[in-house]
Amino acid sequence: MATTEVERKRGQLAALAIAVVVVVVGLPLWWRTTETYRAWLPVNQIKELAELQLQLSVDVEVVFSRGTLTSEQQKKVPFTQTNEEVHKVDDDTTLRYRYESKYRTANIMEEDALKQPTAAEADLSLHTLSASPCGSVVVYVIPETSVLLPQDVDVYIGHRRTAVLRMGAQMRVGKNHKQLLAHLEPRITQVVQVMSFSHTDITAALSDRVRLSPGSKESLADSMRSFKSSPGYEITFSLLNPDPKSHCLHWDIEGAVHSYIQPLLTKLAPLANFSIDSQILYYAMLGVNPRFDSSLEAYTLNADSLAHVINPVEARLGSNAASSNPVLNFLLYVPDAHHSPLFIHDHKKQPVASNAFHSPRWGGIMVYNVNYLYGGGETPFPVNININMEKVMGVFLAQLRLMLGVQSSSAPPGFLVEPCGSVGLADWELDRLMWSRTVENVATATTTITSLAQLLDQIGNIVINDNIASQVSSTVTSLQLAVAELEAGNLGFALQYSKEAILASERAFFDPSLLHLLYFPDDQKFAIYIPLFLPMCVPILLSLIKIASEARQRRKLKQSKKD
Amino acid sequence: MAAYRCKCLGLWFFLYTLLVVDIDADVLHTAQVTDTEYTGADAETVLASDLPNPPQDTGEQTAEQTTEGQQDRQWEATEVQEEHGHDASDHHQAVDPPSFPPAKDDFKEELVIRPLHSGDIYASFQFRTVWDTDFMGEQKVSHYRLFPKSLGQVITKFSVRELHISFTQGYWRTMQWGQPYLPSPPGAELWVWFQDTVTDVDGTWKELTNVLSGIFCASLNFIDSTNTVQPSASFKPLGIGNVTDHSFLRYATLPREIVCTENLTPWKKLLPCGSKAGLSVLLKSEKLFHSTFHSQAVHVRPVCQDPQCRTTSMELRQTLNVVLDLHTSGQGKREWSLFKMFSRTLTEACPLASSSKVYVDITDNPQGEQFELSPATPLLTQAVVLGDRRTYSVYDLTQQATFGPSRSLNTLLRWKSTDGDMLRPLLHSERYVAGYGLQAGEIHTLMYNNHPYRAFPVLLLSTVPWYLRLYIHTLSVTSKGKDNTPSYIHYQPSKDRERPHLLEMLLQLPPNSVTEVTVEFERALLKWTEYTPDPNHGFYVGSSVISALVPSVVAMDTDNTLERPLFSSFFPCKEEASYFMRIYTEPLLVNLPTPDFSMPYNVICLTCTVVAVGYGSLYNLLTRTFQVDEPSPGLAKRIANVVRRMRGVPPL
Repeated sequence: MATTEVERKRGQLAALAIAVVVVVVGLPLWWRTTETYRAWLPVNQIKELAELQLQLSVDVEVVFSRGTLTSEQQKKVPFTQTNEEVHKVDDDTTLRYRYESKYRTANIMEEDALKQPTAAEADLSLHTLSASPCGSVVVYVIPETSVLLPQDVDVYIGHRRTAVLRMGAQMRVGKNHKQLLAHLEPRITQVVQVMSFSHTDITAALSDRVRLSPGSKESLADSMRSFKSSPGYEITFSLLNPDPKSHCLHWDIEGAVHSYIQPLLTKLAPLANFSIDSQILYYAMLGVNPRFDSSLEAYTLNADSLAHVINPVEARLGSNAASSNPVLNFLLYVPDAHHSPLFIHDHKKQPVASNAFHSPRWGGIMVYNVNYLYGGGETPFPVNININMEKVMGVFLAQLRLMLGVQSSSAPPGFLVEPCGSVGLADWELDRLMWSRTVENVATATTTITSLAQLLDQIGNIVINDNIASQVSSTVTSLQLAVAELEAGNLGFALQYSKEAILASERAFFDPSLLHLLYFPDDQKFAIYIPLFLPMCVPILLSLIKIASEARQRRKLKQSKKD
Repeated sequence: MAAYRCKCLGLWFFLYTLLVVDIDADVLHTAQVTDTEYTGADAETVLASDLPNPPQDTGEQTAEQTTEGQQDRQWEATEVQEEHGHDASDHHQAVDPPSFPPAKDDFKEELVIRPLHSGDIYASFQFRTVWDTDFMGEQKVSHYRLFPKSLGQVITKFSVRELHISFTQGYWRTMQWGQPYLPSPPGAELWVWFQDTVTDVDGTWKELTNVLSGIFCASLNFIDSTNTVQPSASFKPLGIGNVTDHSFLRYATLPREIVCTENLTPWKKLLPCGSKAGLSVLLKSEKLFHSTFHSQAVHVRPVCQDPQCRTTSMELRQTLNVVLDLHTSGQGKREWSLFKMFSRTLTEACPLASSSKVYVDITDNPQGEQFELSPATPLLTQAVVLGDRRTYSVYDLTQQATFGPSRSLNTLLRWKSTDGDMLRPLLHSERYVAGYGLQAGEIHTLMYNNHPYRAFPVLLLSTVPWYLRLYIHTLSVTSKGKDNTPSYIHYQPSKDRERPHLLEMLLQLPPNSVTEVTVEFERALLKWTEYTPDPNHGFYVGSSVISALVPSVVAMDTDNTLERPLFSSFFPCKEEASYFMRIYTEPLLVNLPTPDFSMPYNVICLTCTVVAVGYGSLYNLLTRTFQVDEPSPGLAKRIANVVRRMRGVPPL
């Protein structure tokens, strides 16, 4: 009897030992060998970023010239003043605009500069005195009686980051400094909104993140027209010659790019990298047949049919094989001898003066009519034609500005905005673009990184390699830095960091290793595990249950014995 | 009833117009041809999947465009800026004869037709663009005229010095057809010389193959380190430049690649005239791919402009070779015409081409006793091609007189006699796999030197995938029953899943002999994910390449800058007494041991069951208690006990 008891004890111990080995060694071993590698991600920081609280700070320097302040006012005007506006765009996006105004009086050299005969000259000489940093605005307040500005102009905005503001008439006498500042403040805000950013610009830049209520059709078209922010753009000029038998076209694209396009792109260099290409495509037809208008003795293209023009050409344009940046296409179409001259008509059946049109986020097309005597017979084919690049580039430059989002937003009444010169872009226009692009980059990068985090969270099978984790964390750091720089008002650095953030976030999101083993279904796993696990686990479980029940019985027996 | 008749009438009218258009397009070959072609080209473009934008994109684009069309504001924006350029420009452009800079690029096209002795027709198209520009310089090349932009960008971005890519369907039968103007192996072949400024050659090569596979719509992205080699001697640059460091060279073949119309469309897109004018109107895929042999290639290389080679220019040669079998389809009649071959005739030269010519090889027909060529042309030219002086009839498409009164050229050749012998080619080769079973085998390469009295050297290059493990000690080279020791051997052993075997040797082929190179191999077992979707088809081993300097019968022309027909000027010639030739052997198809692919699951289930059974008995042994049972009483005893219980007697 004793030996069977000992034997039974030994059996129970063996079962327990096996169960312990399975639990302590087997299960962790199985777990470790089959788990997918998932590197650590800064999930909390990403969650913080998902609630975007952007603060945009603008340094505004208000300079009072002689004759605008009384000596008493001069003493009382504070050195600095901060105004803040808070906009809640949606549940997790808050915008905060902070205008830091510094007040000072003009020094002698600035006074001299303001005495120049015209505003443009004053602007130039003020610029040579001090270069204000990127993103800041300097407003010179001049007395009402000044002859610097024409009669009906209150505010003049030049090529640089300076504006000249005329003091209002009611401020001439005996007001204290508070009234003076209260008078100036809305007007300065107006100037700043023109020269750096307005709320509509910023919300348009956030369109990637915030679903806007469908506003007016016009504003939608405005926001759709320009290309999305990208670290680089490929600009391609294509000359379409559908009829090389009769036309031999020459265009000095190299010189034209150098003299018209390059200055603008050099100016835009902090924003993105641009590369320019050109090509000539022969036998490239438009997708529609133009109609002959006998009253004009010309062929016409209607606004309705323009939609069909691009597609057949598009197939021949060729994408840039060497980069993945968005391509801006500018096509110059010279109609063939049998369909010439060709004019584009708008919806009111009026010819478009530039004979050009553009397609949002794609590029522009210009029709260039060649004038020579048709049917004269004495001109031997092919006719050599030199294309007037000044005319062409004028149109393309305007389209390029639109595509890049350099918007000449309509200035409020009383504003005089100096038209841009040979450079094609004023400093403050660049600032405007940089503000909206920075905000857009930050918005896009946060959406990308939050959706990546969500995706990785939802699908547990995805392997997260170390390089992806490092990309993600570098995105997060750059984003935090960009937001911080925006808060500090350093626009240049903010743009730089936001560009880094967007690059890193795209690299992480589109990494091919994330696709690997994306889906390994659970039912297959079970099909493989069951033949092994079921026969192994059932005996262990059964003997454990048996041991437990025996122990309970024994305890009951003991209890009854005690009783 | 009236309505019905009306419908009928309409239908007839429709059919009639169709018929008219058809006649116009096919028989009269008037201007309508271009129209019909245009739709054809469109259909092809839809087929091709390398469109710059996927179709959805285009759809989106249209949508955007439409929304744009509704907004007049956007037009005005363009208008604003326009005014300042408008004034003086409109009038003087035609009046002023401005000076035009001379074009720095030049385009030539030609077609050579060679009647083959087998009755087939060999047609070889060559399109050459030479651009006087420096791709290797500091300045970025970005303004393109005749040179295709997509290719130019690739060359600039990846710092390519020379690029040779070919897609071939079918195998060139040297014994029946003689030598091709431009040889190419079956499948896809790509070899690239990079500039010496490239630091990471392997990475650049990988990127380049991916981009090229996009441009040509081919599976070049399957080129990786397991099929890429760096030949040390066989592939020297064909353009200028004495580069000897073969670490900048990459060579790969994909013998499995199928070539079809989706590869032809992007290839045609690179031509300045597309498929709209000139010789390229003949390139219709329905005829080109209905052929025994089809090969299309792109060669980019730097060339000299003058004999002194003071300036260099970039040359792009696009070639397309096709062998059409008209003999069997023509009910035994041996005649061909352009229309029969390509279902098109020629109506004009490409207006951008400085020369546009059709050559017909009439060397075998000096007196016109073999065949008759019409329309007859007075123009004859002689060219030294592949060590032989050949005579060609020339049709110059830039001359209006070529097209005659019907304004279209349909060259027709009618054979008179069927006899005629072809000279055996001086060099040809064969290759096959010998052996039985699925473990070992032997690769045999035979090279025939048919020259009666001259020996010449050849370079043999073979690349063998890693899963055929070559036993290099079994390598034997014999000619005429004697050992032939190679004077140079370069062998790079393979690494599993990393790189293939590379074997290069320099051999002297004795006159009038067969040289046999054999090497044994063992088949490796692949991992089950490494098998192709159709593993029982077998695995391809790419063609061996034989590069030779063959003694020439006539003096070769060594000046490469001289004006010559394009087909005779591809391989540069260094000496007069011999010419360079490259031939490709057949690719091999080797069967590897192929498992049953449901096996892994069976194995998992089986092993699991075995393990579970073993474990179960072990577990029982360990945990059960064993005790001696009292033996149960026998059957008789039990029955007796039952009886005894009934009787009330105690059991036994």
